[in-house]
Amino acid sequence: MTDTPKVQLRGLYKIFGPNDKDMMQHVAAGMGKPELLEEHRHVLGLQDINVDMMAGEITVVMGLSGSGKSTLIRHLNRLIEPTAGEILLDGVDVMQLSEGDLRKMRQEKMSMVFQKFALLPHRTVLQNAAMALEVQGIDQKAREAEGAKWLARVGLEGYENYYPSQLSGGMQQRVGIARALTSNSDIMLMDEAFSALDPLIRTDMQNLLLELQKELHKTIVFITHDLDEALKLADHLVILKDGAVVQQGEPQSILLNPADPYIEDFVSDINRARVLRVKSVMEPLQDPTMLDKLTGKKFEGDVDIRDNLESLIARSEGDTALHYRVMDGDVPVGELHMRDLVKALVPRISSTA
Amino acid sequence: MAFYDGLFDALGLREWCDQSASTAPMSMADLLKANNAAAVDPNAEVFPFPSLDNLNDSCAQISQTRDLTAGIESGFLGAKDVLKVVLDPITQPLSWALDGALYAFTETPWWIIVPLLVFIAWFVSRSKPVTIFVALSFLFLGAIDHLDVAMQTLSIIFVCTGLSVLFGVPIGIAMSKSDRLQKSLVPVLDLLQTLPTFVYLIPLIFLFSVTESKLYGIAIILYAIVPVIRLTDLGIRLVDQDVLEAADAYGMNSKQRLAKVELPLALPNIMAGINQTIMMSLAMVVIASLVSAPGLGVLVLRGIRNLELGVGIVAGIGIVLLAVILDRTSKAALGRVDKANKKH
Repeated sequence: MTDTPKVQLRGLYKIFGPNDKDMMQHVAAGMGKPELLEEHRHVLGLQDINVDMMAGEITVVMGLSGSGKSTLIRHLNRLIEPTAGEILLDGVDVMQLSEGDLRKMRQEKMSMVFQKFALLPHRTVLQNAAMALEVQGIDQKAREAEGAKWLARVGLEGYENYYPSQLSGGMQQRVGIARALTSNSDIMLMDEAFSALDPLIRTDMQNLLLELQKELHKTIVFITHDLDEALKLADHLVILKDGAVVQQGEPQSILLNPADPYIEDFVSDINRARVLRVKSVMEPLQDPTMLDKLTGKKFEGDVDIRDNLESLIARSEGDTALHYRVMDGDVPVGELHMRDLVKALVPRISSTA
Repeated sequence: MAFYDGLFDALGLREWCDQSASTAPMSMADLLKANNAAAVDPNAEVFPFPSLDNLNDSCAQISQTRDLTAGIESGFLGAKDVLKVVLDPITQPLSWALDGALYAFTETPWWIIVPLLVFIAWFVSRSKPVTIFVALSFLFLGAIDHLDVAMQTLSIIFVCTGLSVLFGVPIGIAMSKSDRLQKSLVPVLDLLQTLPTFVYLIPLIFLFSVTESKLYGIAIILYAIVPVIRLTDLGIRLVDQDVLEAADAYGMNSKQRLAKVELPLALPNIMAGINQTIMMSLAMVVIASLVSAPGLGVLVLRGIRNLELGVGIVAGIGIVLLAVILDRTSKAALGRVDKANKKH
């Protein structure tokens, strides 16, 4: 995980309508979405989006329908052209690419997984998986070997010669993921990839994605409207509302410190014990040299910094008087009072609630 | 004294109107009127429609309706020579194709052409019942000595639908890509489809000699090409937007997109268009027998002209058989494509 962002969005605006460029001046002058629609019949899709997406991380963009999240993800590979702003990929402005270079970029650097799978119905699962390489001009034998490898990796061995409509939704989306992986691109764009699946299958797919990610370290941009899903997958969480970013950051910190009532409402229904981890509620050591400060105290036991609170509650059997030492691997990094843990479970009530 | 005299007098146009007035009778009606000037015309309307002819009665400067039809005719005849110079060489290959196909279908011995056609039917439909039906139909046509005329009809249909598909599919693709082209072509297609079929033949007779086979070839193609264009356009426009987006997202260029995504997904619709094109060319081939197209249509025409009931009916049944053969075979092919597309 390097420090330079893989993808940077700088001051991205999108206005839908025939004269989008002319409307920019109104928006720059501070006109909001409803006024623009009322007075000029143009829809403000995205306003002033600034997001850094780090290599090897899962960036989750979350928002309700109409918040512009699907519009946002389509800007990354320019399926939608922005009205203003920059899209930097490895420091190169995607907006400056020629048509041929743009196609090459889409072939080699980005792959995409769709909500409705978008597989080619007249082709077999294997041919679908190999599609990205076919577009790149790789010969049939090589691309189908690669496709078969990734199909096996997503658990579809033996289904190569089926047609997509013969598979269930979850399996079709596995084909979609295999297709994206086969393209061997660094960046995977996932547009509500699991939203069309039923809850159990969705959990399976999330686990599959996390497992693959542990190994492959792709830069994943994941769009969802489901906060549980967002919190489960995100390294970096971006919350969109009406086309603007309301808050972004590490998911745990958003959960504990929501920036505005909109997000407070959002996070109030979450099972916090399952999402929050020890790291977010512990009392960390000021610096590692103070290790001996911990040695004198009496602890109930050691917990891992990545454990979630649910497992800790189960372990303490609900006793709030307990005290644990927090370990990162073999190194003690802090301490945890069960009392703090319980406090963290109560959401900060939104003023509107 | 005509009804609208007062109008022209009031407008002060009397002088202009009478400039070219002649007292000579211009039509039989005028002549009769002149002879019975005293008699009151019992059919005269109280308030006649201000049509060209009625206005002409009052003002000779206004032309009569018959001048309009005469104008169209003379205009067409004037343009004819130029059109002929352009169209004749372009359409010449059509004559060759039709004559060649006619020769091939009629001169090939029946024990080669019939099994060949049955095999083609099997190859396209992959359906045993359809193939057996095709074979039985040919045997029946042979048994009643109509095989050679049926072959003539078939040869024309093969050439005309082949060319319709050859031109219709690319036109349909172009139409699906450009809204403006679609807007301008749709009225033309509507016109081609609704113009009474006999009307096609009239200008063509002026342009080409009736002995040339391209005359009926053009008439059939113009009539039959419409559905394949329409359904190609429709089929491509109906391709799932999500799949197209995926094609773009994986960096396909427009050629790859067309060949790998749009055409395969539009194929069921295109095949339905081809089926319609076949049926429409069969309908037109009968009418085209008026302008020397050979085949079963000639026998139908003989039946009408000479009131030979039996000849007409037998030929009609032959046409029905051909229609059913072609329809079932192409529908079976369509079904096969559909199944491959939607697999269970």
